[in-house]
Amino acid sequence: MFGRLTDPTAGVLFALQNEPIVLFTVLILLGVTALVLAVLTFFGLWKTFWCNWITTVDHKRIGIMYVILALIMLIRGFADAIMMRVHQAMALGSEHAGYLSPDHYNQIFTAHGTIMIFFMATPFLFGFFNYVIPLQLGARDVAFPFLNNLGFWITCAGALLINISLGLGNFARVGWLAYPPLSELTGSPDTGVDYYLWSLQLSGIATTMGAINFIATIIKMRAPGMSMMKMPIFCWTALVTNILILAIYPVLAATFLLLASDRYLGMHFFTNDGSGNPMVYVNYIWMFGHPEVYVLILPAFGILSEVIPTFSSKRLFGYTSMVWATIVILILSFLVWVHHFFTMGGGVTVNTFFSVATMIIAVPTGVKIFNWLFTMYKGRIRFDLPMLWCLGMMFTFVGGGLAGVMLSLPAADWQFHNSLFLVAHFHHTIIGGVVFGYLAGFVYWFPKAFGLKLNRVLGLISFFGWFFGFYLSFFPLYILGLMGASRRLQYYMEPSWQPLFIVAMIGAFVIAIGILCMALQVLIVIWYGVKYKGNLPVQKNDPWGDTRTLEWSISSPPPAYNFANIPQVKTRDAYWNMKEEGYVRQTKNFTKIHMPSNTSAGFWTGMLSLVVGFGLVWHIWWLVIISFISAILVIILYSFFGDNSGYYLSAEYVQKTEDHFSACLESEGIRL
Amino acid sequence: MLWVGWKKKIFNIFAIVGLSFLLSACKILVLQPEGLVAKAQRTLIITSFVLMLCIVIPVMIAIVVFAIKYHVSNKDREYLPEWSESYSIECFTWGVPILIITVLAILSGYFTYRYEPSKSLPILRADEKSLQIDAIALEWKWLFIYPEYGIATINEIYAPTGQQVFMQLTAESVMNAFWVPQLGTVIYAMPQMNAKLHLFSEKNGSFIGMPAHYSGEGFSGMGFKWYSVSRDAFENWVARVRQSSLKLDRSTYVALTRKSKRNSVLYFSGINKDLYYRVVNRCVLAGSKCNEDLMRLAAGKSLWGRICSVFDDGVNSE
Amino acid sequence: MNAPGHDDSIKIFGFWLYILQDLFLFATLFANIAVFSSSYDAGPIAKDLISLPFVMVETFVLLFSSISYGFSVIQMHRNSLFGTRIWMAVTFLLGLLFILMELYEFNHLLNEGATPQVSAYWSAFFILIGTHGIHVTSGLIWMICMFVHLSWRGLCAENKMRLTCLSLFWHFLDIIWIGVFTVVYLFGAL
Repeated sequence: MFGRLTDPTAGVLFALQNEPIVLFTVLILLGVTALVLAVLTFFGLWKTFWCNWITTVDHKRIGIMYVILALIMLIRGFADAIMMRVHQAMALGSEHAGYLSPDHYNQIFTAHGTIMIFFMATPFLFGFFNYVIPLQLGARDVAFPFLNNLGFWITCAGALLINISLGLGNFARVGWLAYPPLSELTGSPDTGVDYYLWSLQLSGIATTMGAINFIATIIKMRAPGMSMMKMPIFCWTALVTNILILAIYPVLAATFLLLASDRYLGMHFFTNDGSGNPMVYVNYIWMFGHPEVYVLILPAFGILSEVIPTFSSKRLFGYTSMVWATIVILILSFLVWVHHFFTMGGGVTVNTFFSVATMIIAVPTGVKIFNWLFTMYKGRIRFDLPMLWCLGMMFTFVGGGLAGVMLSLPAADWQFHNSLFLVAHFHHTIIGGVVFGYLAGFVYWFPKAFGLKLNRVLGLISFFGWFFGFYLSFFPLYILGLMGASRRLQYYMEPSWQPLFIVAMIGAFVIAIGILCMALQVLIVIWYGVKYKGNLPVQKNDPWGDTRTLEWSISSPPPAYNFANIPQVKTRDAYWNMKEEGYVRQTKNFTKIHMPSNTSAGFWTGMLSLVVGFGLVWHIWWLVIISFISAILVIILYSFFGDNSGYYLSAEYVQKTEDHFSACLESEGIRL
Repeated sequence: MLWVGWKKKIFNIFAIVGLSFLLSACKILVLQPEGLVAKAQRTLIITSFVLMLCIVIPVMIAIVVFAIKYHVSNKDREYLPEWSESYSIECFTWGVPILIITVLAILSGYFTYRYEPSKSLPILRADEKSLQIDAIALEWKWLFIYPEYGIATINEIYAPTGQQVFMQLTAESVMNAFWVPQLGTVIYAMPQMNAKLHLFSEKNGSFIGMPAHYSGEGFSGMGFKWYSVSRDAFENWVARVRQSSLKLDRSTYVALTRKSKRNSVLYFSGINKDLYYRVVNRCVLAGSKCNEDLMRLAAGKSLWGRICSVFDDGVNSE
Repeated sequence: MNAPGHDDSIKIFGFWLYILQDLFLFATLFANIAVFSSSYDAGPIAKDLISLPFVMVETFVLLFSSISYGFSVIQMHRNSLFGTRIWMAVTFLLGLLFILMELYEFNHLLNEGATPQVSAYWSAFFILIGTHGIHVTSGLIWMICMFVHLSWRGLCAENKMRLTCLSLFWHFLDIIWIGVFTVVYLFGAL
């Protein structure tokens, strides 16, 4: 009846009973959830919450929800990271030297990688896409608002499923890409890999939906006059990212489908018997996995290309180069996957081809760095927080690129492969590139979303915490790699490694200070929101000054309809150009605006897909069938009874909203 | 006085930390190679590092210098808000990376070709025979078979210094990777696959060997030792192993495949000649058909089979 | 002026993108069956079990369903609700026949011992053809929904958009099947 839940060998509550850390975490999580629910109930906010957030199809609100999800998952992933660092600092000599059992430690590093890539970085970038792209394009919404809402809730379902594994059953102990045969039934018979498979499958489906949505938005919904080569560079990188997603996530879905059929239906793709071949999985997963790292980094490049011109008060240098560099990366990223396993013995030709292809990617990436550099050249640079993150990113990322090129030489990779040198390298590019870039974007667009900037002092501490913490925690890993330390060691026998592991742990704590300050920054804003009871006052459009793209031409936070009038675009930096030409904002004679209707179909489908995933993990077949059919039914019923026609915001409403904004601008003494 | 005491303490702390760094600095194995391959790899690593530094250091300096020089407070600096294109700079930004990458690509191709793990190393004279070791990654220990000597060990390799070692690698179930940092080149040990590796030690010594691909719960305990010794010492060791009462036949092997953590060194004085072949082809158990035979049988029977099936050049069983 | 793009052309464009990603999914599964093309282990060989004439009929059933859907779309453009429905009913029946034939074939294979558990080849075979079959089935379910939509609101703009998307989907599945027929059956039987 209840599948493996009632199976005494499945270890349903094993972690809760045997790992005090897990028990403690689960209790805290349950406590926080209960607290949030209590607050919502006490202040009678359920209706607001339901109408304004859960069922919303507004891209701005969905974007904010994505970022919140990403930040929560960042904390979860980072908790895993710091536990690993503390453990490895202790783990000299035997399995019991550290405080984590091998079983628990192996789950933690798997969860860390999986969560950071699929549930931190991916939602974060979709948060940006959602919030920024329509505003930069001068559009009122994304192409498919309902799909947007649906995608968010399916992502949420995936994130919830992966976190359920904390308490019920266990998570995978297979590394973040789950190489078989370790991830087959022979290697991992319990629920871990199933949690992994279905939560990622859900997140993958949602990500594909998002990609379809944003490609359609970017291709079809640009403001009149905005040709492709006049598009803000962030939209360009977003377009290329989404094309990449569209091409690679189906590969991931197919790969997981095959692995799942091995595990559930007794098939033989990646098993050792039945003529299956585990190495085929390695090829598939990296055909997905390598472009995936460009999926993560390209939006960060886009963010830098927006932030640096703003804070240098200067046009972006080499726009055309930038676009072509992005496209070249798109193409090349499909031709390099084998560099993740030069050690497989592919032979001279294969290794050399993939080595050279990998190195060639360094060229467009280098061009981007140079272009940012020459954007700063002869500009007027202001060290606001976003710019600091960008400078930190550029400075750090070139180092990561250096290590990357070293790793792309097969003969050198044969010494680095799967050592901590590799771990240091990809954290160098992912923290130094992706995280710093995303946080630059977070700080940069934050005042657009909420009307006020994040606290600068806390921001500085946060930046320097991350920056120095990064160097402190990952440079020892480079050295450890050269000293012969493999990755994923639960303990080690070389006493000379321990000092470096301790330094790395200290680095992780310095990063923790950075994260703490970020959390405080956000808390201040939450307090501000509470003060205004959720109705944030309208603030001026351009808090940073010298901004260039269309999102800065409207109030902060923007009205529900974004643009009262769709702007006419003439040049690349549309808003900069408007300012130069002495654009006068329209203050009267607005017309009614069409808006899509909210719907709860996405939420229900998402929650039902969570139930499907849960049923699949625990082999509760009746639950799977019922919830799957219900999820499909919800979509079908939505096609029949959903309010597809939307509604109109009256001209008076638009007038009133715009009047608020005008009043705000007047009080600030701005004439626009 | 108190201050002097503190100074001493602080000094001591720094001394200890510094010393431990120095100590650890002494053991950067990849940069202190004792084998031919690893030495070449060190050369490559350092060359590529320096080449990349040629571009990375100027960029890092430029980031800092530009950020300070063109800070908004320096009002007298030239300010060109509309300047965004320059043909010559773009040639430079595309050209310099391409140049460096070209050099690196040539370097990469050369080293990849010269030190291809499956090929004999470039120094070997034709009359010199290499020592063959067949390695099997088990859960969680390494089984090393010396087919020419009819012996096998768990978690220990002895090899004569100055003789090329030819390794064949496979895994019983979960994949792993074989890494002796001071000798160079990690190669995967994969189930159903036979990967080849050539190593050459130039100096006597004991080198740590690492498992370099996570393989499950007991992974961390899969470290092993590689002793590079003189010819005589090697023969002595072989004689010692031959005294062991354990024999490695198919049934002992099946017993070995059971999961076990942190295995101590174990010697086997006799081996089944075709054991390694059978492990690769998954026919250790009595009555099971070998993969190679099955594949050959199937490959002839369809067009796809004839087009797509690729046999590797087989297991070197002698 | 309304927001640009919220018209039906953007939905059709979005559906093209969906088809593109589906193409990548199938590409992976095709690559998969090519990789495992001679991984029969001790199980039966495809050549011994495939009956080309049967599959040929199956293929033509699906091809004809594509044609009949084409007629349905022509009727839609002529604003003939009756014609649209008739031809879609024909398409539905042909699609159903295809699925039944496929199930019959699966049953036959399973009885001959070619189960997906027997070897990597048969796993790849059942996953590829099964995935295609599930797509066709969801196409059929979509058609049922379209019958209801059509009887409810007739040939309104939204239903026309839906019919166009469904036609893209249906023709796409046909093309995939031609790939399956070539790669799996023809190459397998040769």
